[in-house]
Formats: sequence, C-alpha cells, structure tokens
Amino acid sequence: MQKSLKKYFPVFALPTVAAFCVSFLIPFVMGLYLSFCKFTTIKKVSFVGIKNFVAIFADEGFLNALWFTVKFTVVSVITINVLAFVLAYILTRGLKGTNLFRTTFFTPNLIGGIVLGYIWQIIINGVLKYFDVTITYSAKYGFWGLVILMNWQLIGYMMIIYIAGIQNIPKDLIDSAAVDGAGRLKTLTNVTIPMVMPSVTICLFLTLTNSFKLFDQNYALTDGAPNGETQMLALNIFKSFYNTSGSKGTGQAKAVIFFLIVGVIAFIQLVATRNKEVEN
Amino acid sequence: MNISAWAAAAVAVAAGVAVIVVLRLISKRFKAARNGILYVVLSAVAVVFLAPVAIILLNSFKNKLYILDNPFSLPDSTTWTGLDNYIEGVGKTGFLSAVGWSFFITIVSVGVIVLCTSMCAWYITRVKNRFNSFLYYLFVFSMIVPFQMVMFTMSYLASKLHLSNPYGIVFIYLGFGAGLSVFMFSGFVKSIPVDIEEAAMIDGCSPIQTYFRVVFPILRPTAVTVAILNAMWIWNDYLLPSLILDTTKYRTIPIAVQMLRGSYGAVDWGHMMAMIILAIVPIIVFYLTCQKYIIEGVVAGAVKG
Repeated sequence: MQKSLKKYFPVFALPTVAAFCVSFLIPFVMGLYLSFCKFTTIKKVSFVGIKNFVAIFADEGFLNALWFTVKFTVVSVITINVLAFVLAYILTRGLKGTNLFRTTFFTPNLIGGIVLGYIWQIIINGVLKYFDVTITYSAKYGFWGLVILMNWQLIGYMMIIYIAGIQNIPKDLIDSAAVDGAGRLKTLTNVTIPMVMPSVTICLFLTLTNSFKLFDQNYALTDGAPNGETQMLALNIFKSFYNTSGSKGTGQAKAVIFFLIVGVIAFIQLVATRNKEVEN
Repeated sequence: MNISAWAAAAVAVAAGVAVIVVLRLISKRFKAARNGILYVVLSAVAVVFLAPVAIILLNSFKNKLYILDNPFSLPDSTTWTGLDNYIEGVGKTGFLSAVGWSFFITIVSVGVIVLCTSMCAWYITRVKNRFNSFLYYLFVFSMIVPFQMVMFTMSYLASKLHLSNPYGIVFIYLGFGAGLSVFMFSGFVKSIPVDIEEAAMIDGCSPIQTYFRVVFPILRPTAVTVAILNAMWIWNDYLLPSLILDTTKYRTIPIAVQMLRGSYGAVDWGHMMAMIILAIVPIIVFYLTCQKYIIEGVVAGAVKG
C-alpha cells in the first residue's frame, strides 16, 4: 500500500504542509534570526549579535512582567486545581442532579478572553467603588482581579478532567478500602488521590501553560495599568512590537526567551508523563 | 449595596458556615442532611458562577451614565434605557457583520482543518520514511511554540502573500491548527489496523477512495474532538485576526468588542454590556445543544494534547 500511496503527497499532505510553512515554520525561523537584529520594519534589518538579549535583561518592564507572570501562574495553578478538585470530589459522590451543576461550572470556559476581561473589569470596579478606587489604582488589585478571573474561567474545565479521573477509579478498589475499615478521609488520601494522579499532572500543566501564556484577559482587564505594573509577559512582548517607535528587535528577543521558558515547561511535562507511563 | 450591606453579607456567610459546621456535627449519620448541605454549597457556587453574566445582563439595559455608579443595582425608571444600548452598540461596532465573519471564519477554518489535517496525518503515518517522521515531529514541536514568537513575522508574511482577508486567514488557521490536529489524528490512525485499508485497495479502491470510504469514517470520533477544540479556539481568538485582518473592513466578534475601548480609553459601558451579552449568546446556544460532544471533546483533547 505504501508504494501506491506514496505519490499522493500533493493531494494528502501538501495543503497542510504549505499552510504550516507559511504560518509557522518560515515565521519561526525568521523570528529566530530577527531576534539578533535591529529593525523597525522587515525591509531595514541590521545584525547586532546578542545585543537585544543583553538589553532585555536590563529592561525593568520586562523583568517586572516576568516576575508578575511567575507569581500569577503559581497562585492561579494552586487555587484553580484545589478548588476544581474539591468540586469534582463533591460532584462524584452520587448526588442527584449533578449534571446541571457540571454544565453551569463549565460554561465560563467557553467565553473568550477579551469578553471575560471586560465582564470582570465592570464587576471588580463595582466592588472597589465602595473603597473609592478602581482596578487600575494599584497593581495588587489587577493581580487579584486576574487570579479571580482565571479561577472563574478554568475551574470548570479542570473539574471536568478531575471528574473523568475519579470516575475511572475501579469501584471495587473503593469498596475494598471500605471493607478494610478505611474511613472517608482515609479513602480520599490513600485511594482516590493516588489514583487520579494522571489527571493531576494533566491539569497542572494545562493551568500552568494557560496562565503563563495569558494575553487576552490581561489586555482587556487592566492593559498593564498602572504603569505597566500588571503586564504579563505576552502583553509586554506585544507592546514592544506594536507600541514602540524604536527597534522591534528587543520584542523578538523577548519572544525567544518566552518560547524557551514555555519549551522548558513542556519538556518537564513530557518527562513527567513518560515517568508515569513507565510506572504503570 | 453599600458597606453595611457587605457587612451583612459577610455575617450571613459566617452564619451559613456555622450552620453547616453544626449540622455536620449533628448529622454524621444522616446522609440526607449531609446531601442537603452539599446542595446548598453547590448552589452557592453555581450562583457565583452565574452572577457575573447576570450582572452584565442587568446593566445592558441601563443608561451608560449609571452603570459605573453601581453595577449591582437593579435597573429602575431613571436608569432603564430598554434596548438602546443594543441598537446603538450594534450600529457603532458593525456587530452584525462581525457575527457573520466570525461564523464564516470559524466554520470554514474548522472544516478545512478537519479535512486537510486528517488526510495529512493519515499520509505521514502510513507512508513511513525519514521526511514524514521529521514532518510529524515538526508538527508536534509547533504545539509548544507560543504565538508571540511568530506573531510579528507571520503577520508580515501574511500581508506580503495577500492573506489579510477572511479567506486568507483560513489558510493561516490551517497552518496554526495543524500541530494539535495532526498530532491527534496520527495518534488515532496508529491504532487502526492497516489490513482494512489494504483490503480496500486490493478490491480496487484508489488511495483517495480508500481514504473517504474507509479511513475517514473510522476517524470520525477524533474528527469531532478536533473540530470542537479548533472551533472554541478560533471563535474566541482575538490577537491573530486583529493582526492579520484589515479591521476597518473585516471584524470578528472579539475585535468588535475590543474596538469599543476606543483609542483614548473612554469606554461606552452601556454599549459594552450589550455587546458582551450578544457575544455570549451564540456560545451558550452552541454549548447547550452540543454539550455532550463539547465536554467529551475537551476531556479527550486534554488527555491527548
């Protein structure tokens, strides 16, 4: 079959491969090269070596965005996963009508980031009005606003994955734990949690990458205000491309660093899932 | 609502917690009571999940002057403006054409992605050579590269190639969706026994007939997952279309909403509330009609992706 199929490359693979080259492969290689260049438009490019990379590590805005992103990611990964697991645990205890709750909790996940940002801007500003401030008054408000928004959006999604994980635990395992005299808490810590570890890994990395790469929500909620203090990395990179009259080389260099960090996270994930597979 | 109302709310919550603790102590043996508590907790959480959208809906009927004053008050005879926000907002943002383009771009892109990437995945999985396995790893690699890495160069290339319109963007989405989609289809193709396809070919099917008559029907469950994941992404995507499309001519819904912010930060919150509601309605309708597929698709996508 291979032989007769082989000459069909233009029919089967070419459209996807061509589109992939135009929208990913060529821009990626160009982007790598441009991170070592000084340019305002692509027509006037001069090679400057690692100057851009030296410059961005002296750029306070960038370092601040990096730190803000890390803090935000850690806090939202923990809160989202804990709350999602608790909800999933409650919803898998055989109550009636849980489907309705599942549907409700999952809904925010389908709403786009820009719209989410504006929904929460009005609500958070409405609450802060009682203290006579707005969300752009202090970076603290922007930070917790983003955390709340992200929780609201992702808890339902992670909950669904945890529910699938919990439902996959063989019933007899839980029953035999009960026969052996394990209480509800013991069963939770010694049977349920170890058995859903694969789901935990998935959810941790999904929330990790989603939080780390966040753009739309950040853009709509605070747009980095005040003074760019609530800028996350993706927004900081965006602004160094489109809100600058100077060289865009630094923006591209920031993007390369961003890519490397995300790459490391993905690599860790790969190793973590591989190890799990070996254990099983 | 004012400070004292918040204090009252806090007291109510504290009282609720106290009641729950006491009931728990009493009801250790009474399953019904415990379930009752769980229902109360779940309902409270459900209210928290629905309240934001309900608040936006209420405010969409208020005059813009009163929204920021107190977004939590019900509309009354002074603040009520009926459907004015909707009518003006739709006119100002070109919302109807944005809805049209959003539907067009999402449906066509998803169709093209499902068709092209499933064919591509079948080809590179079945024809085993170095080039194809290299392609496969490139697709997988592209999944981890954040959009910011390629956004500047990609939008430059797209405008050079005259792809800055709703038809060209389909091609761009095919390229961007290729990573995850090829990866998911390939995973499934590997689990299908080759014998079925070989039998079809021996019986005289050309590769194209084999694909459409034998392979694609088997791939259907994965195709549904791929379609759902891509539809959710493309429908809500803001950055890519805002960079690629000429936004004076073509807007998608997220672009139309973002445009209300204006260049000086003066937002007409009345219009904003109405447009948010209009942006959410199609998603809710879609979700309620294909709920089962969406939830299954999301779980399958998370596990494989």
